[in-house]
Amino acid sequence: MELTTSSPTQGRLSSMRGTLGNYAGLLAALVLMVLFFGWKSQYFFTANTFLTIANDIPAVLVTAVGMTYVLIIGGIDLSVGSVMALAAACAGIAMLQWHWPLQYAVFVAMAVGMVAGFLNGAISVAWRIPSFIVTLGMLEMARGSAYIATNSRTQYIGGPVEWFSTPMLFGLCPAFLIAILIVVAAQLVLTRTVYGRYLIGIGTNEEAMRLAGVDTRPLKISVFAVLGLLAGLAGMMQCSRLEAADPNAGIGAELVVIAAVVIGGTSLMGGRGSVINTFFGVLIISVLEAGLAQIGASEPTKRIITGAVIIVAVILDMYRERRTRRRE
Amino acid sequence: MALLLGENLGKTYVTPVLRGVSFQLDQGEVLALTGENGAGKSTLTKIVAGLVHPSEGTMTLAGKPFSPASRQEAEGLGVRMVLQELGLIPTLSVAENLLMGHIPSRAGFIRRDRLNELAERQMAIIGLSGIDPRTLVGRLGVGYQQMVEIARNLVGDCRLLILDEPTATLTSHEIDRLFEQIHALKARGVGIIYISHRLDEMQQVADRVMVLRDGNHIATRPMAEVSQNDIVRLMVGHDVNQEGNAQARPATGRTALELRGLGRGKVVQDVSLSLQEGEILGMAGLVGAGRTELLRLIFGADPKDRGEVYLDGSATPARIGSPMAAVRLGLGLVPEDRKSQGLLLPLAIRINVTLSNIRAVARKGWLKGSLERLQVNRLRDLFGVKCSSIEQPVNELSGGNQQKVVFARWLHRDCKVLLLDEPTRGVDVSARADIYQQMEQLASAGKAILMVSSDLRELIQVCDRIAVMSAGRLVQVFNRGEWTQQALLEAAFSGYLAAPPVAP
Repeated sequence: MELTTSSPTQGRLSSMRGTLGNYAGLLAALVLMVLFFGWKSQYFFTANTFLTIANDIPAVLVTAVGMTYVLIIGGIDLSVGSVMALAAACAGIAMLQWHWPLQYAVFVAMAVGMVAGFLNGAISVAWRIPSFIVTLGMLEMARGSAYIATNSRTQYIGGPVEWFSTPMLFGLCPAFLIAILIVVAAQLVLTRTVYGRYLIGIGTNEEAMRLAGVDTRPLKISVFAVLGLLAGLAGMMQCSRLEAADPNAGIGAELVVIAAVVIGGTSLMGGRGSVINTFFGVLIISVLEAGLAQIGASEPTKRIITGAVIIVAVILDMYRERRTRRRE
Repeated sequence: MALLLGENLGKTYVTPVLRGVSFQLDQGEVLALTGENGAGKSTLTKIVAGLVHPSEGTMTLAGKPFSPASRQEAEGLGVRMVLQELGLIPTLSVAENLLMGHIPSRAGFIRRDRLNELAERQMAIIGLSGIDPRTLVGRLGVGYQQMVEIARNLVGDCRLLILDEPTATLTSHEIDRLFEQIHALKARGVGIIYISHRLDEMQQVADRVMVLRDGNHIATRPMAEVSQNDIVRLMVGHDVNQEGNAQARPATGRTALELRGLGRGKVVQDVSLSLQEGEILGMAGLVGAGRTELLRLIFGADPKDRGEVYLDGSATPARIGSPMAAVRLGLGLVPEDRKSQGLLLPLAIRINVTLSNIRAVARKGWLKGSLERLQVNRLRDLFGVKCSSIEQPVNELSGGNQQKVVFARWLHRDCKVLLLDEPTRGVDVSARADIYQQMEQLASAGKAILMVSSDLRELIQVCDRIAVMSAGRLVQVFNRGEWTQQALLEAAFSGYLAAPPVAP
């Protein structure tokens, strides 16, 4: 390591190169997958495939954005799948029983999600319980509440809720466009604001943050509340695709979401992560899903391959991380 | 008969920490080992226990050459060390802990009866028959845990036992029990090296006392022939540079920080102190005297039980309930362990420097990258932080440069009172000089600095006044010119002497 001083521009350039390097690996993996499936299946290279993927991912993507924040502060949230269902169920009640229009129902869904997330964060911070445990409890509670809200039956809503998933621009639905906006905004907040800086600091060394004079508790709670809010929105997006509030919606979604975030290179130990990379992680999972379906892989095979990809992705990320550290 | 002979033992890391130490330990003897912080006590005993390899010198154990390559090898030859940190597993029983590594079993299943029987026999050896071997270690008090730890080290053939500050966490009743055990071990012919800075305890338990200073063997005397004052004198020696930095800063007379009766449990007992603007006040004392804890109390990192903190000469006490409040009120802390408490190690210098005053480089919550780089580069140059750029992660910097980053953070915050905890520990000589110079400049600019250090020479060199804590109390405050190393050390030991502590 050479100990010379350099101009700030050099520093900026090298950090930009680092950023590109961060994206390059995932992007390459994604392109390779697309090429592979395009070669294997004659139907893969069609606008239809890509539109299907784009319109399929918003719920997972939006939740994964919030999950990235939570993993960055060293937490985890297992309750998002249930919170999605609960939020959609409450919005369903608002629309079916109170005849509220969609735009108000969305707020109901987001508010319900935010309350659940706030509780996760506040309980975990106040009693210093690992978020794994608190959100595991919330997973059950939210699911149970969703059953109560829907009388354990899928509540058909139909037309009024379709807006989110009705193609609007080049065959893309509003849900996808909203999700992209959220990805961009969340990435900017993470890298360019005081809030984002604090989140990375908390995940890196919370005690050092505290002794530097930063009150970490409200920040941590807010991160869980943001994830809850996004899960609520995701629940609404999913509800729109199903045209119904299904109490069984989003079962297991937490695992897909966490897998996508981890494939994107966000550390489960906290302190490191990128929303853009999470976006790539979500794309990799859905391209894999769609591609395997098209080449005729069975459901069990799909799951085995997806599982293997998660593990391999994390191993590769570990090597990449080590290499960058050695290069410095 | 000589059990262990050490000849000309030395250890050099970057600088020598132990130089040509020769000593002898007899069978059934208790040798007390004492000296200032950093005198080389730990290094010497770790060499004996096989944890550290000497750079020079030889040892002979019971007439045979002894150069253990590892702790396991030393233990195989009956040389054992009870470390300050207990190595017990709290969720396992006393018996399982005692016999860990050779638990009796049949076809993989533990033979409980045999295990407990062996454990009971083991504990009887050191007269520890009051404990049921089935008890979980975590249920025992610290004192009994220490006994179990000692008993564990007596499994098999133990000829030499090293105890490192064994009484630090014990109550007086437990200490009595420990001493009974030590006498029982002596009677069995076990040689014991007993590290301590509690002079009264050494007099109770040791046959001879060995004093180290700056890695040199100063003297070994029969315990009966020396007084506590003699031992302190041997530890201190005579130092030429007692005066330190001659240029005194003019006192401003404006109080920046005042403590009245600040305390927490027994760790910090009712400390009253005042610190002026532009003053560097040193805080001397032995490890465990309560200095770090006092800084944490002032900074709100630990809750205080009693007393008040006043800032800026105000008549109303400052409400410092958390580090956030402290920072808001103009306090800054450079913590003892910069790696775990001070820095975000994998992150860039830039991020570490602006952490406490991030609003200064942001508008409405959005960071201004160019402004931040400008300010951090300026501080980097001011402190002379050696780095490839301010984007370099701090874990790639040397200890001294890491510490400069922590300093730079508080300068960026422009705090009024700076609390420094061992600011030059693990810092090389040239970075030290930079840090002293920065402290001088900060003081000249009117900042008040409270500096805890275990290095008396450093305190003498940079401080205007030196306060001494001993056993949780502030025992004495020396003005520049009034102090000598000996007076400072005597004050530091005063709380641990049999006699009542010197009134402040």
